[in-house]
Amino acid sequence: MDMNARNDWVQLCQIDEIPLLGSRLVERADGNIAVFRSAAETVFALLDRCPHKGGPLSQGIVHGTAVTCPLHSWQIDLSTGQALAPDVGCARHFPVKVESGFVFLALN
Amino acid sequence: MKKLNLVIIGNGMAGIRTVEELLAIAPDMYNITVFGNEPHPNYNRILLSPVLAGEQAFKDIVLNPVSWYTKAGIDLRMGCAVSRIDRVNRQVHADDGSCVPYDRLLIATGSTPFILPIPGKDLTGVISYRDIHDTETMIATAQVKKNAVVIGGGLLGLEAANGLRLRGMDVTVVHLADWLLERQLDKTAGKLLQQSLEQRGLQFMLGEITEAILGNDAGEVSAVRFKSGKTISADLVVMAVGIRPNVALAEAAGIYCNRGIVVSDALQTYDPRIYAVGECVSHRGIAYGLVAPLFEQAKVCANHLAQMGIGRYLGSFLSTKLKVTGIDLFSAGNFMGGPGSEEIILSDPAGGVYKKLIIKDDQLIGACLYGDTTDGGWYFKLLKEGRKLGELRDHIMFGESNVGDVGVQGHSRANQMQDSDEVCGCNGVCKGTIVKAIKDQGLFTLDDVKKHTKASSSCGSCTGLVEQILLNTVGSSFQETPKTKAICGCTERNHGEVRKAIREHKLLTHRSAYDFLEWRTPNGCATCRPAINYYLLSTWPHEALDDPQSRFINERAHANIQKDGTFSVIPQMKGGVTNASELRRIADVADKYQIPMVKVTGGQRIDLLGVKKEDLVSVWSDLGMNSGHAYGKSIRTVKTCVGIEFCRFGTQNSTQMGIDLETMLANMWSPHKVKLAVSGCPRNCAEAGIKDVGVIAVDSGWELYIGGNGGIKTEVAQFLVKVKTAEEVKEYAGAFLQLYREEAYYLDRTVHYIARVGLDYIKQRIVSDAIQRKALHERLLYALEGLPDPWAARIKGAQRQEFIPLKVIA
Repeated sequence: MDMNARNDWVQLCQIDEIPLLGSRLVERADGNIAVFRSAAETVFALLDRCPHKGGPLSQGIVHGTAVTCPLHSWQIDLSTGQALAPDVGCARHFPVKVESGFVFLALN
Repeated sequence: MKKLNLVIIGNGMAGIRTVEELLAIAPDMYNITVFGNEPHPNYNRILLSPVLAGEQAFKDIVLNPVSWYTKAGIDLRMGCAVSRIDRVNRQVHADDGSCVPYDRLLIATGSTPFILPIPGKDLTGVISYRDIHDTETMIATAQVKKNAVVIGGGLLGLEAANGLRLRGMDVTVVHLADWLLERQLDKTAGKLLQQSLEQRGLQFMLGEITEAILGNDAGEVSAVRFKSGKTISADLVVMAVGIRPNVALAEAAGIYCNRGIVVSDALQTYDPRIYAVGECVSHRGIAYGLVAPLFEQAKVCANHLAQMGIGRYLGSFLSTKLKVTGIDLFSAGNFMGGPGSEEIILSDPAGGVYKKLIIKDDQLIGACLYGDTTDGGWYFKLLKEGRKLGELRDHIMFGESNVGDVGVQGHSRANQMQDSDEVCGCNGVCKGTIVKAIKDQGLFTLDDVKKHTKASSSCGSCTGLVEQILLNTVGSSFQETPKTKAICGCTERNHGEVRKAIREHKLLTHRSAYDFLEWRTPNGCATCRPAINYYLLSTWPHEALDDPQSRFINERAHANIQKDGTFSVIPQMKGGVTNASELRRIADVADKYQIPMVKVTGGQRIDLLGVKKEDLVSVWSDLGMNSGHAYGKSIRTVKTCVGIEFCRFGTQNSTQMGIDLETMLANMWSPHKVKLAVSGCPRNCAEAGIKDVGVIAVDSGWELYIGGNGGIKTEVAQFLVKVKTAEEVKEYAGAFLQLYREEAYYLDRTVHYIARVGLDYIKQRIVSDAIQRKALHERLLYALEGLPDPWAARIKGAQRQEFIPLKVIA
């Protein structure tokens, strides 16, 4: 995905407002977005829909750089949105960045 | 980091399995070179028999196509034999003149068939049965020749003989011993097997010693002569009299060998840079010739090659299955018995069924089944676990379905199921799909099957059936899943070890547990984290801190997630008793939040379904009731009948007893959910017989039952004790539940825990020992003391961010 200036960055929150190894939900008419924070302080954003049966990924357990969907335990790679093998599928991922402790999300 | 060079000698199942395990845990550590004698990629040697029998083609049994090697970046040298290992310069020399340096070397050269040192062994048409080349020779010979002699009535010999017969040859099996498969079967079963193979057209010469193989002028085999003087004509002789570990290369390089390359529990040879796995090794004096141990070795070896250094291979239990379609036999352990052992035998020669179980010191130590092997997997499990049989002994011969340990009724016989029959009701997986996945993807373990097919990955009630299907499909290569297996892929350790370490080393945090126990992943996974969280909290109440991020969403949000992402809310109604004021508030909440469904639960409570997450806290606040814990691995509810207060049959105040128990156990976390029931008389309207703790009032007191289960597998609770007073009910029930909390593995229900430790043990801890009982009860009360109701805590502001969206974007 193009990470250049064309992105429309929206400021979300301070990074501490997302629990470590947890996530927060961004509500949006075109589908909610889940914003995750890993133990290594990396922030990721995925469409809050598991490619399997639409489960809310934001409610899953975060481990390493993956999240386990709460409905049927598919594991989704946070950086790409791809399901981990042997499952196949992809949740859309969105660019995020952290600057001076604030988290920004790009929607287009 | 610069990549190290790993060279693998041997492109077979053991070597490549090790590479697969290694790539899974350390994909970037090595440049890998694989040498293989055969001009083929890794194929499933076990399935040569079906190829010979014409049931599968070679392409069906390839495990790793060439493209797999390319994709994994492996330098594959097919049809290229290694001629020398140069340990001083750390290089391997191949017969094509090439030379590859190594930092680590893995020897997986397998075994070579033993060729009888008799005259004529080198004639054309005398072959062994080891690889696809031999198989193809047999298939080709069968098209033009008539008489085949197979020397050796072991597994391999019989499979070869059966295949050749199916290909149209007249086959005679020559065997030294008095009966077939003498290392796998006792005499009775061996004779039954012989009969049924004779019916298929095979001929046998038992007790004969082969003296010479005779040839014609063209140097082709023509006959076989025996010590007894008999001679039979032969156009093809297959020698299947055993295998020898292939140690020539290792020995020439000065690596210590003794009937195999001698390796440590880490699969390391005497040269620390050189590892060895598979049929070429000798581990603790044993060289294994079946495939299941190879896989266990591969896993451990990969762990050490990845420099994690924590796995140990401790040897394997073996079971045997003959891959001849239509013949069912199974054997494992010491099936011949001996001093101090007892035999249970079921023999129906006319029906072609024979079963023998060997029991010693109340444990199953061996099994030999012929004709009906449905329960082979179960017996093998009992054998490996070394479980005390106890009451099981009376029923063990009649199989698992008979002791109610299989699950869904009528689904216990994998053999008899059609491909279209559903195995996993949760995920809609049929037997055919599972069998196909096992064959196509080369699966050998329950975990593999779960991952690829989803069968048994949800409720788990079909696990036994899936294991049976695995066993039936892959035979002796089936890898049984031991109960003591590692918690998950993040660790080598099992539940018992983890729990022990947390207790003995007073580990109080997730971090200290992962560090101390050398977890492979930085912060666990969705399988181990909730388990660790429970072990920390239950072992160190009031000291260890709960980690909400290590809890499944239901326990984090204190409500049950539904398929559409909404939640269900079940307020506490102790003993199923409510009142007008509570019902009014529930009704008001249902209106105010437009709850789509209000439903009465099986646990005598009321469920509000379809609540949005952001409404949860205000719903709880408006309800003004406590959490019913209907979402957790925790106390759920105590179901009651109306008892003596209203019922004309009631003998005690069962309703009040239920309320008291639910009050005592409020906010209790446990390895899995815990349900109780109290009935006021033996009519048992509260269905106490299928609860973790069931209490039934009788005129003279209370009867306590434990380990019942009404869910996945219906299990009838077992009688624990009869007591006189209400106080005793609370003490005994509390003590049992605390024992379960302290000793059960995470996600074991009480029935599983009791099955593991035995009812006698529970009785001894809870009934016989009053001091221990009181201490357990005390520890339970201490653990629960002062715990806040989770809903009330969240109304006050705890975990606020969990329930509020970060931002709303228009």
